[in-house]
Amino acid sequence: MNAKSAVRPTAVLITLVLAWCTTEASAEAKLKGKVSIDGSSTVAPITMAAAEIFQAQQPRVRVTVGISGTGGGFKKFLSDRKNLRTDISDASRPIKNSEMKRAAELGINFIEFPVAIDGIAVVIHPENHFCKSLTVEELKNIWKPGSTVNNWNQVRPGFPDLPLRLYGPGTDSGTFDYFTKEIVGEEKASRSDYTASESDNILVQGIAGDKGSLGYFGFSYFQANKKRLKLVGIDNGAGPVIPSLDIIRGGTYKPLSRPLFLYVSTDAVERPEVKAFLDFFFDNAKMIVEHPRVNYVALSDELYNIGRKRIENRISGSEYGPGKSGDLTDRYK
Amino acid sequence: MMRENTISTEYRDASDSNPDAMYNPRLDRRRFIGKIFAVFCACVTGIGVAVLAALLYRIFDEGWIYISTNFLTKFPSMLMPETSGVKSALYGTLWLVSITAIVSIPVGIGAAIYLEEFAPKNRLSRFIHTNIANLAGVPSIVYGILGLAMFVRWSNLGRSVLAGSLTLSLLILPVIIIASREALLGVPKTIRLAAFALGATRWQTVRAHVVPAALPGIITGIILALSRAIGEAAPLVMIGALSYVAFVPDGPMDEFMALPIQIYTWCDQPDPIFQHLAAAAIIVLLAVLLSMNAVAVALRAWQQRKSPW
Repeated sequence: MNAKSAVRPTAVLITLVLAWCTTEASAEAKLKGKVSIDGSSTVAPITMAAAEIFQAQQPRVRVTVGISGTGGGFKKFLSDRKNLRTDISDASRPIKNSEMKRAAELGINFIEFPVAIDGIAVVIHPENHFCKSLTVEELKNIWKPGSTVNNWNQVRPGFPDLPLRLYGPGTDSGTFDYFTKEIVGEEKASRSDYTASESDNILVQGIAGDKGSLGYFGFSYFQANKKRLKLVGIDNGAGPVIPSLDIIRGGTYKPLSRPLFLYVSTDAVERPEVKAFLDFFFDNAKMIVEHPRVNYVALSDELYNIGRKRIENRISGSEYGPGKSGDLTDRYK
Repeated sequence: MMRENTISTEYRDASDSNPDAMYNPRLDRRRFIGKIFAVFCACVTGIGVAVLAALLYRIFDEGWIYISTNFLTKFPSMLMPETSGVKSALYGTLWLVSITAIVSIPVGIGAAIYLEEFAPKNRLSRFIHTNIANLAGVPSIVYGILGLAMFVRWSNLGRSVLAGSLTLSLLILPVIIIASREALLGVPKTIRLAAFALGATRWQTVRAHVVPAALPGIITGIILALSRAIGEAAPLVMIGALSYVAFVPDGPMDEFMALPIQIYTWCDQPDPIFQHLAAAAIIVLLAVLLSMNAVAVALRAWQQRKSPW
């Protein structure tokens, strides 16, 4: 209750300040038009927040945000029907080669830029006192396809005899793709006998109501349900790391923190309302991303400036294509 | 012989001493069974009412504090949920229901009148009737897939109010047709025969006598069907409903939000305040539904008073 009552006034204050600052800044010509956004449910809060404040100052621009998952979002972004194509795609993973191929076939050029960092939280029931951290190897043993680990005493010798029940996002989720890739080693490779739901809320309820539970989902959902869940530290060989916003920003919470992206088609950028929306986002990126109701980790100013330049100079294509590597800043430099 | 005697004696004895005796055998037992049945029915009714009451209590308990004029006139807000409203969803739903009504009512009643009054009663019309009855039981998501293919893509309507309304019309047409047919069927044959006897044509008979007499039943059917349309989320999700819309459609080609989708979107948010907003939106949806029903009840009462017999 205390945490919540603290969040609300801060949220209201920041929103009002943000709305006030930005209205002051751009009381000029009112634009008219449409900006359609669809994609990852993880990234949606960022674009929804941006849309909300943007529309306060540009009421005649109609911004719509849909949630169809990263893959579903790219399907709409790369639709064969021009009038059904979205302008901006929310993505919690970089575009796949197959999606790039489709874009090329349809003649769609896109600009890619990172907008925030998200961590995946591995959580247990708050009354589970024996499990403080898990190694990547232990997580892999639990989650790999065909795994028969069904009791905590199989996870690590010394853990008590307690049935282990697993919760995780469904297979359409970008969080699922990311977790399986980092933990199991192969994207979408996971055991299937766990409680799967696209609704993070159902996962929170399941884990909070089950003493032997273990689950994972976006860190921001943990932030909103801190009281009902307990975080597990992740040991990637360099000792256990229990994530927090600062730790995720610092880049030591590996391998379970990830960048989030927006993709915008070069055709859409030419439209003034889309350009204005993106400019608005970059002008206020830090405040939007770290708004208490959005709760992601903002990127460095350097990376936001790089994103802005990619838009200005219409630098299209992905930095995650074949033959490219390095961490976030290196890729975009 | 022996047996016949016994029976007749019994019969005579009973009728002599007490005229009710022949109805008396095991009367207490029969009455007891009757009572058990009545109690059972009352319990079953009670369960239904209790579940509904619990549901309503929970919804009002969670949502009532958010009900205000602001809730109806403000757009949804993720950043400041305290100031959220359902304006876009309410207008979207009203748009959807209006266009759905405009499309489905004439088509539905027309089809029912044709099938009941004009079509020859043969195998084909029986086949059509069976199929319509089956269509009424098809899951709504299937209509969503049909709407996506037919209206959103093939007819190039996009994810517009019109595409949504046409999809919902398809969904409720079978219900309207079946209810209207039943209502027409309920009009006594004698009415038609009397009209024919006076030289009225079939069209005159249908227009002046049969349809007015069947109207209360038809209206009930339409309202039930529209009530179903107003609460449907699945077909709208299928044709590509959005999660965040903060404007009101200007025309049938605009994108939209609907109350069931808004409720679904809010239910999916982690912060508990959104569950309260969802409950408040459910109250709004119930209010819209009840006022539609009230209009129908009034219309029906008015029509019945006008009825000549």
